[in-house]
Amino acid sequence: MDYLDQLESEAIHILREVAGQFERPALLFSGGKDSITLVHLALKAFRPGKFPFPLLHIDTGHNFQEALDFRDELANRIGERLIVRYVEDTIRTKKLKEPTGRNATRNGLQTFTLLDAIEEFEFDACIGGARRDEEKARAKERVFSVRDEFGSWDPKRQRPELWNLYNGRIHKGENVRVFPISNWTELDVWNYIQRENIALPSLYFAHERELLVRDGKLMATAGGVIKPEADDQLVTRTVRFRTVGDISCTAASESDAGTLDAVIAEIQATRISERGETRMDDQLSEAAMEDRKKGGYF
Amino acid sequence: MDLLRFITCGSVDDGKSTLIGRLLYDSKSILADQLEAIERATKGRDDGTVDLALLTDGLRSEREQGITIDVAYRYFQTPKRKFIIVDAPGHIQYTRNMVTGASNCQLAIVLIDARQGVVEQTRRHSLIASLLGIPHIVVAVNKMDLVGHSQNVFSDICIQYAELARNLNVSQVTYIPISALNGDNVVDRSTAMPWYDGPTLLEHLETIEVDEVISADAGAAGRFPVQYVIRPQTSELHDYRGYAGKITSGLFRTGDSITVLPSGETSTIDAIEIAGQHLTEAMAPQSVVLHLATDVDISRGDLLVRSDGLPLTSQTVEAMLCWMDTKELRVGSKYVLQVGTARTRCSVREIVHQLNVNTYEKIEGVESLALNDLARVVLRTAQPVSFDPYQQNRATGGAILIDETSNVTVGALMLVGEA
Repeated sequence: MDYLDQLESEAIHILREVAGQFERPALLFSGGKDSITLVHLALKAFRPGKFPFPLLHIDTGHNFQEALDFRDELANRIGERLIVRYVEDTIRTKKLKEPTGRNATRNGLQTFTLLDAIEEFEFDACIGGARRDEEKARAKERVFSVRDEFGSWDPKRQRPELWNLYNGRIHKGENVRVFPISNWTELDVWNYIQRENIALPSLYFAHERELLVRDGKLMATAGGVIKPEADDQLVTRTVRFRTVGDISCTAASESDAGTLDAVIAEIQATRISERGETRMDDQLSEAAMEDRKKGGYF
Repeated sequence: MDLLRFITCGSVDDGKSTLIGRLLYDSKSILADQLEAIERATKGRDDGTVDLALLTDGLRSEREQGITIDVAYRYFQTPKRKFIIVDAPGHIQYTRNMVTGASNCQLAIVLIDARQGVVEQTRRHSLIASLLGIPHIVVAVNKMDLVGHSQNVFSDICIQYAELARNLNVSQVTYIPISALNGDNVVDRSTAMPWYDGPTLLEHLETIEVDEVISADAGAAGRFPVQYVIRPQTSELHDYRGYAGKITSGLFRTGDSITVLPSGETSTIDAIEIAGQHLTEAMAPQSVVLHLATDVDISRGDLLVRSDGLPLTSQTVEAMLCWMDTKELRVGSKYVLQVGTARTRCSVREIVHQLNVNTYEKIEGVESLALNDLARVVLRTAQPVSFDPYQQNRATGGAILIDETSNVTVGALMLVGEA
């Protein structure tokens, strides 16, 4: 059996385990390629029935308009419920202090909004598109990752996870983060998107846009999220985004790849990892992701 | 392209992390920024070499202590095959993590330090690989550079290991002399060991025939644990009732007679669907939706099987158990047993014997088990359980025990038969 078929079947099995084991799950949807792939897998797992969960987007208010439009269009097309909760609202109601300064990002504040949404809707499981190949703390996380009421991941207290038996039994207040595409690599996701002809936001393909060059990275000026400073150089380049996240922490790559074939060829040839190329938030320290997961991050 | 999942067994002292680093590095699977990150982390070392082990130890406490604590998964591919490396810790206190890691693997690499030969740890790792039913073992005799690349040393170790393997249930053992540090016979052929004419480790991994899982052979019995019932209940799909699940072994065809377990009711397969497409047959490990010709009471937890090959169904089950909790197991304790999608309460009726993981000695008269102990046990279940012996069918023969109060997975079971 082809490896993509194996990975697909494994992911569908995991999604159905969520449906079978939890009362109030949700699928964390960002409008990025990994969560779009999850939605495609959920269609395969549950049609002609409805999804046994809504889509949940935690909107930092700093997202690309293209990704938001795509999100709304997709939810509408498949006729599934989309819940959006805004970091902006959490900042206001909880009087959170917003990071300021040169490379300020609301990425860390997403955790508060996510935990509030989990409490508001009493979600007992949140399905996410994280992959183990992305980062070395993620390489150690289980498919069913049990979190306490603060959303914290405790790497030393992970449940053994054997064969294809997933244990989603939890106490009230706890919840489980579930990662159906844990065993997929970046290239697997792209090959699958091509094979299945899955539509993506235009951001993933080469286009011309205005950017500023900061610390050697190309950051989008869209939406005025990043305020240009004196030593930032404004440029117009042909770029694409290898990952699509919050504007404040997602860098663009110079690229002419305008088709899926070209994007796949580019990824096969690259010598830099996905997060290394595009994410400012992982480069803070050796254990940045581990610390954020312990703090309740996705 | 197909996929091979393999586990590496050994400790830092055997050069396990170095071996994985070497496989990734020489197959050009490490990207420039990842290499820079470990170069930064090793700056200041006296010998100026890059520590490939840092690629795999992902948690802060692992880097601090210089040991692997939990299972990590690594991904790489060559033009011939895709690989998932399951990197599990080797120390005895992490036996449960190795069991976890080994459960889905088709091959195990057992690392032996050429200077030490077969040691206690080799015996433990080999026992676990055999209990978990891993069909292929590769004995990688590492650090050959430290024994002068001696053929005699290698041959002696092969003889020692073959003696050990005679007591275990392993079907295929391959021996390869390597130096992970220098890269000899890992990806590139060694010039220092001209006497060795077998494959390099990577060549072997690329060409070995993959049995998907033991039980996916076309001849294996058809098994389908029901995960979820799809019932749209809309006006146009009023009568739609599909059983969603993954075929864990064998093959199902439309028209096949099936039996629903544990109830024993029978029906025939009316239709097989994958994402709205109708098929006439489907096989493991496909995730499908099955439709039956008659109305039968079926819900999550039921096992659909082909009626021409029934599994065992019983309320007393004998099994090999790996105990995974810090709280000890006692005879008489109650747990939740999960087999496939079925869950039922059970109690431990008897510990038949405990198995010494290093000497393979059977210890009788044991009344309790501690973390990482292996033992043969008998369970009494509240509801009848349908299963296959693990050595015949990994998917329907593997089970877990869940603590009813902490909800933690506390035991891994390889079911043996009816007691």
